[in-house]
Amino acid sequence: MELFDQLINVLASTIRLSVPLLFACLAGLYSERSGVVDIGLEGKMLGAAFAAGAVAAVTGSAWAGLGAAIAIGVALSLVHGFASITHRGNQIVSGVAINFLALGVTALLGQAWFNEGGRTPQLPGSARFLDVTLPFADSLRDVPFLGSIYANLISNQSIPTYAAFAAVPLTWYVLYRTRFGLRLRAVGENPHAVDTAGISVARLRYAAVIICGILCGFGGAYLAIAQSAGFLNEMTAGKGFIALAALIFAKWRPVPAMWACLLFGLLDAVALRLQGTVVPGIGEIPVQVFQALPYILTVVLLAGFIGKAIPPKADGIPYSKDR
Amino acid sequence: MNGQLPRWVDYGLIPLINVTIAFFVAGLVVIAIGENPLDVVRIMLRGALGYGEGVGFTLYYATDFIFAGLAVAVAFHAGLFNIGGEGQATIAGLGVALVCLALNGQPWWLVAPLAIVAAMVFSAAWAYVPGALQAYRGSHIVINTIMFNFIATSAMVYLLTHVLKPMGQMAPETRTFDVATRLPFMKDYITPLGYDLGQSPLNLSILIAAAACVLVYLLIWRTRLGYALRTVGTNPTAALYAGIDPKRITVIAMIISGALVGLIAINEVMGTHHRLFLGFTGGAGFVGIAVALMGRSHPIGIALAALLFGMLYQGGAELAFEKPTITRDMIVAIQGLVILFAGALEHMFRPALERMFITARAATA
Repeated sequence: MELFDQLINVLASTIRLSVPLLFACLAGLYSERSGVVDIGLEGKMLGAAFAAGAVAAVTGSAWAGLGAAIAIGVALSLVHGFASITHRGNQIVSGVAINFLALGVTALLGQAWFNEGGRTPQLPGSARFLDVTLPFADSLRDVPFLGSIYANLISNQSIPTYAAFAAVPLTWYVLYRTRFGLRLRAVGENPHAVDTAGISVARLRYAAVIICGILCGFGGAYLAIAQSAGFLNEMTAGKGFIALAALIFAKWRPVPAMWACLLFGLLDAVALRLQGTVVPGIGEIPVQVFQALPYILTVVLLAGFIGKAIPPKADGIPYSKDR
Repeated sequence: MNGQLPRWVDYGLIPLINVTIAFFVAGLVVIAIGENPLDVVRIMLRGALGYGEGVGFTLYYATDFIFAGLAVAVAFHAGLFNIGGEGQATIAGLGVALVCLALNGQPWWLVAPLAIVAAMVFSAAWAYVPGALQAYRGSHIVINTIMFNFIATSAMVYLLTHVLKPMGQMAPETRTFDVATRLPFMKDYITPLGYDLGQSPLNLSILIAAAACVLVYLLIWRTRLGYALRTVGTNPTAALYAGIDPKRITVIAMIISGALVGLIAINEVMGTHHRLFLGFTGGAGFVGIAVALMGRSHPIGIALAALLFGMLYQGGAELAFEKPTITRDMIVAIQGLVILFAGALEHMFRPALERMFITARAATA
């Protein structure tokens, strides 16, 4: 029973740790499926986290924080779109620019406005998305196994967490069952064909990067006002890049994206759990192994040693009507 | 595409406009904080160039940025984006530290050549893997170099906390090298001549950086390999027809790029801090991207851009001291703006300028 409780504990923190990855990963999915490479996920999420922390602190409302996070996510996405869709600039360069811009400006404004070493003020519970207890969770808690799973894994999560997991089937539906999704996938594979059919490539791609910005906004808000009680300097800590790795791992598909994010979340949870403990027969496993594992796995996968990850064909290529 | 514009517009005016806009937007950020941008510029200029020690620090930062900028530029010429300079330089630090610790106590002029070779070999190896994976397995170099940055950090944390740290010490760093083994400071030579460099850490690495600029120029525009590099960067298919193997060139470009950025470790580990610790690169590897974009991938442009970023870093330190509301994060924001306007939006003003020149030409004709 104790082992089972530990397992539940690890899985619960797996879910918590995978939420920002999942938001960013789905965000990248929309953008890249439309043919716009996005390595600025990290920066957009960081900017959104700051906006959420700052606005929630000033207004005392988590929803206002979320709104601000989405606004900043979309604004940064539009910068990326302006550079890479309208001006056909290098999409990778633009993404790098957004990462640095967000890193610098959030730290700068955080210090200038709140004067707490770059963090936003500690939020009270009323200005955060707290864990929600689902109906009957407490009365079912004592049911063996299933009760504990329901009370600790399915219940006891924050609203953005449910939103993240709801976004997975939603994205699947949008991508594979709607006209917009069909066009979105087409524009990432063969924009000329889409253009010939009389549909605006630029408008589709802008729609995709705006959705990407909204999802990054959710991811940032989760970090700053659900998982933590405020914004911290560099609080994304590479999560945008892990999400990018997860996207590659999932071969740009929504449901596998969820599994990839959960896998990387699990690695993180296990690393936290094993810190300093000695595993019989092996000795102390360095945490760094778990930290590096998502990146190593991505490199191996990309190299085609365990299946092949092929990006959308027009990914990263600016569209111009003349061939 | 650039047939319609004179060279001075293409290589002078457009980059100048782009960088000016980047700084203009940075000025808006300063206003948002509630400070006067002109005051800020004055403080930064005085801090960076106003006295000997400031100049020394400016040049010391510029040294790193020259290495990083040249590295990004060499890859650019071959059509590659090496975003992994930070990780490559980190691994180079390991090579430098191992050589310096093994030969600790030996005179610096004996150790330096070996340390330079170690720095270049270690970081070239770290760049080789993504290069080879791109060339022979088709994995995207940008993604792989990002991944390798993180792997390098994790590896370094492990090595410094478990292997390289002296017994009984808490801080994750190596022993400090003997005075004799350290690369000499420039202040030891320059200050006696009457120009006071103060306590600035500027060291002999700056001469290596100057030499690297010349060598990269010769490599890119005066050698067969440089020609092959540029051909692959411009048109890999044409290169193939001309008998150049794009895969081989990709790998070679990454090796050279990695070797160049690794020299940051000579400046930082052997020349300045005299020990290896986490994050000794201070983000210099990333600054190389802005420097290379701003310098249009030409060594002269890179040297100038590196100098400008050196001034920003040193001036920014002074600024943070005088105006506590403007922290050194300002530099990171400026870096982002320069990359945005000089890189991603570099063609924003081109159509307008082209129209202007065409009308001007039509009017004179």
